[in-house]
Amino acid sequence: MINKSEITITVNGERFSEVVEPRMLASDFIREQLKLTGTHVGCEHGVCGACTILVDGKTTRSCLKFAVQLNGSKVETIENFGSIEKLDRIQEAFKKNHALQCGFCTPGFVITVKELLETEKLETDEDIRRGLSGNLCRCTGYENIIKTVKELIQTRKS
Amino acid sequence: MNKDKKILMRPKYIGKPIERFEDSKYLSGNAKYTSDINIDKMLQLVFVRSDESHAKIKYIEYKEALKLEGIIDVLTFKDFSELNQITSPSRMSNYFATYQDVVAKNKVRYVGEIIAVIVAKNRYVGEDALELIEVDYESLDPVIDPEEAASNNKILLHENIGSNVILERSFSHGTKDYIKSKNIKSVSGKFKLSRKSPIAIENRCYLSDYDIGSGNITLYSSTQIPGVIRDALSKILGIAGNKINVKALDVGGGFGGKGSLYPEEIIVTYLSKKLKKPIKWTSDRLEDFLTTSQAFEEIIEAKLFFDDDGKFISLEGDVIGNIGAYSIFPWTGALEPVQVIGFLPGPYDIKNFHGNVKCVVTSKSPTGPYRGVGRPAAVFVLERLVDMAAKSISMDPFTIRMKNLIDTKNLPYRIGSGIIWNDAGFKECLEKSKNSNFFKEIIDIKNKKKCNRTWIGYGISTYAELTGIGSKISVAPGMPINTGSETATIEIDGTGSVSGIFAIASHGQGLETTLAQIIADEIGIKPEDIKITHGDTSKAKHGTGTYASRSAVIGGGAAIKTARVLRKKILKVAAYLLETDPNNIEIIDGIISSLNTNKSINFSELANSVYSDMETLPVELRDSLYAKESYDPIFGATTTATHIALVEIDKQTLKVKVLKYLVSEDCGKVINPMIVDGQVHGGVAQGIGVALLEKINYDNQGQLTTANLVDYKIPTASEIPKIDVVHTEHFLPENLGQFKGMGEGGTIGAPAAIANAVADALSDYNININELPVNQEYLFQLLKNGEIR
Repeated sequence: MINKSEITITVNGERFSEVVEPRMLASDFIREQLKLTGTHVGCEHGVCGACTILVDGKTTRSCLKFAVQLNGSKVETIENFGSIEKLDRIQEAFKKNHALQCGFCTPGFVITVKELLETEKLETDEDIRRGLSGNLCRCTGYENIIKTVKELIQTRKS
Repeated sequence: MNKDKKILMRPKYIGKPIERFEDSKYLSGNAKYTSDINIDKMLQLVFVRSDESHAKIKYIEYKEALKLEGIIDVLTFKDFSELNQITSPSRMSNYFATYQDVVAKNKVRYVGEIIAVIVAKNRYVGEDALELIEVDYESLDPVIDPEEAASNNKILLHENIGSNVILERSFSHGTKDYIKSKNIKSVSGKFKLSRKSPIAIENRCYLSDYDIGSGNITLYSSTQIPGVIRDALSKILGIAGNKINVKALDVGGGFGGKGSLYPEEIIVTYLSKKLKKPIKWTSDRLEDFLTTSQAFEEIIEAKLFFDDDGKFISLEGDVIGNIGAYSIFPWTGALEPVQVIGFLPGPYDIKNFHGNVKCVVTSKSPTGPYRGVGRPAAVFVLERLVDMAAKSISMDPFTIRMKNLIDTKNLPYRIGSGIIWNDAGFKECLEKSKNSNFFKEIIDIKNKKKCNRTWIGYGISTYAELTGIGSKISVAPGMPINTGSETATIEIDGTGSVSGIFAIASHGQGLETTLAQIIADEIGIKPEDIKITHGDTSKAKHGTGTYASRSAVIGGGAAIKTARVLRKKILKVAAYLLETDPNNIEIIDGIISSLNTNKSINFSELANSVYSDMETLPVELRDSLYAKESYDPIFGATTTATHIALVEIDKQTLKVKVLKYLVSEDCGKVINPMIVDGQVHGGVAQGIGVALLEKINYDNQGQLTTANLVDYKIPTASEIPKIDVVHTEHFLPENLGQFKGMGEGGTIGAPAAIANAVADALSDYNININELPVNQEYLFQLLKNGEIR
């Protein structure tokens, strides 16, 4: 029997104390234990970016972390962004520009775009493409995601 | 006309770039994919899969695994003996079906085939058990090379067939007299396309819930074809169809990979009934690479004959398709290779055609539909030949195409393989692409950018595809299910709200929006007020699903036909209520108005008078506000496009970069331009993957060596250029709605356009681009051997 560990984390502003197996992936912990299924699992080897979350404000692939590694940290998932009734500006721009189709990679993209807008200059299309290149989308051909980011750059706070 | 009659203009929603109604749930993390569903007492499955590609199973030892806490059971073929085998019949002559045990009995035929099933409390403990299970094999020689497998019967994958060729088919049209002609010229080549994996970002997932009280089974499945799956499960499990509900919730991309029947969905369903527990299986990416249907592995020898003026005389083709270990249900393994030869003549006027195709089984994962099916290969081969022919007589690539494309006035036109093209703007799409600013720009870039660091070139491809295929033609040749029709049910409930129910199953296409746009225009309501239900066999009793560029054409046609019946019913009741004639009524955004008086009612009042109020209407007018119709377009709708790609090749790294891309296409009436363009972009991106990056590789022992997203690279934002789209709308008068399918076109045209662009960039070298993907290794080998002309 594997010894379980207790972890304390803040997820989307709510504090949780949970008991987990040390081997439990952060992605499974978020989806199965916390029931936050907006975080998706696409590859479990850190390539596709569908499971991207924010850990202490930084994008992190939750499939490459164990839940115990989140102990003491502040986690944000897609559920902490806009609500279905009132999307935030990034989500709204995705919708307006048809930057999603099947929606599976979308939460990961929205979270990545948030970080890009906050941390990168994004002066050229090439910068945007490079910034997004860690997230895979099989539906959109990226065209409308890039259009969305360009539009968001115009309206971001400096 | 009554001079007092008001003129009311009904807004048109078809053609408008309406934001998708389904998007908010996806963006806010509130979508429900199958893997998001958990049910109390649910057990999870982990599969013991073959790690040999061709072997007899000697024994399976799982005693140790059973001792593990959290392991409920380990099951082998004996536990599934009452299940029928998976087999895909066909009416084609010379076709041999394969038979696959749901859990392998004596023999395995590809790495990844299911040998045993671990039933566990969760996936973690299930995977622990996997480590404790031993399988002893007697290895057999693998069957890897399709040419060798076709000609050599010494090693047979399916002994009962007596050959590794499960289908051979020939087409012949016209003569071969041209060979004697003095003025005949020809170009030829042996072309190869490597295997692909569809790679939806959501892996396959199935969850079956058995309700003990009613005996009903609900299978939540990440499938494109819930209706087909329900029917197949009924047969294989021997359970009446009305006891099985297959429900595709949100599905995270399909591209064909979720468009076939899989052993896992049979096992999940069977065990939930047997164990009386909810049973779930979620694939990981490795399993997805090993077991989701692959595609596109073909070797094609082809020769194009033409005269001094560049007029095509004949086309000859010989296709060998490597279909993998089993002929997949319901399409058969013939689906892809037969379409390669069938579509080979393309949109050109070629009087003579001689083709042959062999479908060969090998000890690799089974193949199935993948976006474009057959046509990416066919178009790649023909368009390369067209460019080679043009080059040999120093003709411009536009001119040779314009000279040979079928003229609109000659449509319908039957090509040598028997496919009939109907109304489509073959030449218009080509002309529009040539006259576009885009083309001027790329010529400008090509001329200016000549430098020492890179080679630069552009390529064109033109193609035609058959979409929205009706019952006269099967999607896969000889298949026993009717893919030619779809049903729509539209009803108004007691509150006056409108629901549309369809058997097609959206998995990213935005059908909840486009079908609502169609119904809105027909009835006179706002699209956002219509609830669209799809992908649920308990709601739509018959229909097959979403695949083969059919949903907008056939599902959309069914929506129109049904909405027209319902509108008549509405008008009949409204005429009584408004004290006027049905012809004097207009319905605009849900308000039903008399054109000669100021009277109007809304849908709530209408429904109330029909369903609740027992006085206002006479009994005979209280007929349910309900309609259900099915639609069959009988034939297919021809979609066509010209693609132009501009590429740059780094002389040092030999990396090919697509700089610019144009699609000039005709998909008939555009329902939602935003969605159509989005589909084009996505299709082109997958075509770029086919052309430059994606390659499933098996070694000579049948081991998959590209089983993760690092070794099998799909395009990222860095590999995809800006994609421009221009439209031509050619209508097919017989089809309701004038829609044509367009979801696959991007993937069909892009490999050829890019191959031609690479060939153009390297035109100074004596080499031929006849294999895809054009990766660095391939170019290195070519350039090592190719001397400068």
